Amino acid sequence: MDRGLVIGGVIFAFLLAMPVLLPIVGAEYLTGLLIKAMLLAIAAISLDLIIGHGGMVSLGHAAFIGVGAYTTAIGLQSGIEEIFVLLAITLGATGAIALVTGILALRTSGVYFLMITLAFGQMIYFTLTSLAAYGGDDGLTLWSLATLFGSDIVQDGRGLFFFVFAALLLTWIGVWRVSQSRFGRVLRAARDNPQRAEVMGYPVARYQLIAYVIAACIAGVSGLLLVQYAEFVSPSIAAWQRSGDLIVAIVLGGLGSRNGALLGAFFIVIMEEFLSSFLHEWRLIYGPLLVLLVLFAKGGLNDLLQPTSREAS
Amino acid sequence: MLAIENLNKSFGALRVTRDVSLSVSRGQCHAVIGPNGAGKTTLIHQISGVLRQDSGRVLLGERDVSHLSVWERAQAGLGRTFQITSVLPTFSVQENVATALQAKTGSSLRFFAPAADEAALNDRAQTILSRVGLADRTDLPAGNLSHGELRLLEIAIALAGSPKFLLLDEPMAGLGKTESMALIDLLNDLRADFPILLVEHDMDAVFQLADALSVLVDGEIIATGAPSEVRENPQARAAYLGDGA
Ligand SMILES: Nc1ncnc2c1ncn2[C@@H]1O[C@H](COP(=O)(O)OP(=O)(O)OP(=O)(O)O)[C@@H](O)[C@H]1O
Ligand SMILES: [Mg+2]
Repeated sequence: MDRGLVIGGVIFAFLLAMPVLLPIVGAEYLTGLLIKAMLLAIAAISLDLIIGHGGMVSLGHAAFIGVGAYTTAIGLQSGIEEIFVLLAITLGATGAIALVTGILALRTSGVYFLMITLAFGQMIYFTLTSLAAYGGDDGLTLWSLATLFGSDIVQDGRGLFFFVFAALLLTWIGVWRVSQSRFGRVLRAARDNPQRAEVMGYPVARYQLIAYVIAACIAGVSGLLLVQYAEFVSPSIAAWQRSGDLIVAIVLGGLGSRNGALLGAFFIVIMEEFLSSFLHEWRLIYGPLLVLLVLFAKGGLNDLLQPTSREAS
Repeated sequence: MLAIENLNKSFGALRVTRDVSLSVSRGQCHAVIGPNGAGKTTLIHQISGVLRQDSGRVLLGERDVSHLSVWERAQAGLGRTFQITSVLPTFSVQENVATALQAKTGSSLRFFAPAADEAALNDRAQTILSRVGLADRTDLPAGNLSHGELRLLEIAIALAGSPKFLLLDEPMAGLGKTESMALIDLLNDLRADFPILLVEHDMDAVFQLADALSVLVDGEIIATGAPSEVRENPQARAAYLGDGA
């Protein structure tokens, strides 16, 4: 039995039951929190494709969330409302920017890759702050949101919850399948030993570039959904600290594992919420907790639930 | 099968390859020996494309591969091992070999079907592992193998690329007596199927395996010929072989 699949299945079943369970226990206000966690999870899973499976540590991933969010916001402002049309535009925009920045960034590796992705991310961030017509530094409140085939069902509450849920489920299944496919095998081989992969006959940089673009596109989708959820967009979502949060989520959850990014993202959102609700200086606990987890659970949260999982990665 | 013509390479003022020419024909094992720092590894790097030559050519069969990248040369049929073992440490032994097979079997731009379920690749990987004597290590992570086993795995990886030519950089290095003897048997067996350029310090191995021998000193081939001739060559003896050989 595939334990990772079972654990993931339980998490998703649990999520799916939430819109029914929360009103019963009078905690409907948590729906928003769950949507936030799912959006973070989508971005974290996509980042895990390049860091966990690809070994390329990017510190600019949140910029693609920003690109996706702003593309969507600008689309909405110009009267495009159909969510699948916005999705196509978002994928095109993030994909194109990732392709160009990826070609340049992948001429380097290791710390240099980290620095150059940070630099590109900051360039995108500052570009967003300079978009005066779209709120500049302050961001932009959206008065109209995306529709699904003309219906406003995906604009809030359960409709939006299920839409985000579906996006997360697809991301979770898709990224894992990709990581275990022929393509993913080459990507993982290049993470383990790029020279060996090259000597086997693989043009490593091309595979890495494709992974980079795929990951950016998925992050772009989480940006689109973030706009739909928050009804607001500002450059802060693209800041490098957000990229850092994503890295924390996947390291905490367990790099390159079936459920690591998912667990890590939920863990972070839930910890923040709970710790900050009873302790103003919650980061005082949060920091040491992260240190302990990284020190004593090398494979992250995923490894605590599924001790053999690293073989598969 | 493999021909090197007037190859030159310098690192700054240090000339590590000086006008090296040699050729290895089908069915031959050509050994290159020489003292530490003679430029043997640098030579293999230039043949496999890891380093670019300053001048000269590398021909594989009729094809000039001198300006191809590492992966293109691998696809053209150059298989190699490294002096310092180079495998995929987190992959299982079998997946190491299957990954090498995959490079030569269909497109790797397949994004959905699980690669580990491809029976054709796994079966062929298993056959190659049996040939090198690692059949009982299939599911172990490569990082857990002993040094001797890693050397065998690297040869299995090279074989999986269905090479037209094998470049082996000191395959015996660090092996014990029995391991060396087993590896000599294996290489003797492979020699029938693959022409080999063998860099090796172990003289027993060299004299058992090589049909031809070149002595490289300070980047220059100072003697080349049948092992028995080179053995008697006074220059070669002085430079490297010593009196014990
Ligand atoms: N990248 C490099 N930059 C500068 N010098 C180098 C580089 N690589 C190798 N050298 C030098 O080139 C010379 C040849 O090195 P090489 O590794 O080819 O020797 P070798 O014959 O394989 O030696 P060994 O028997 O120790 O493996 C050495 O003096 C080495 O220090
Ligand atoms: Mg060497």
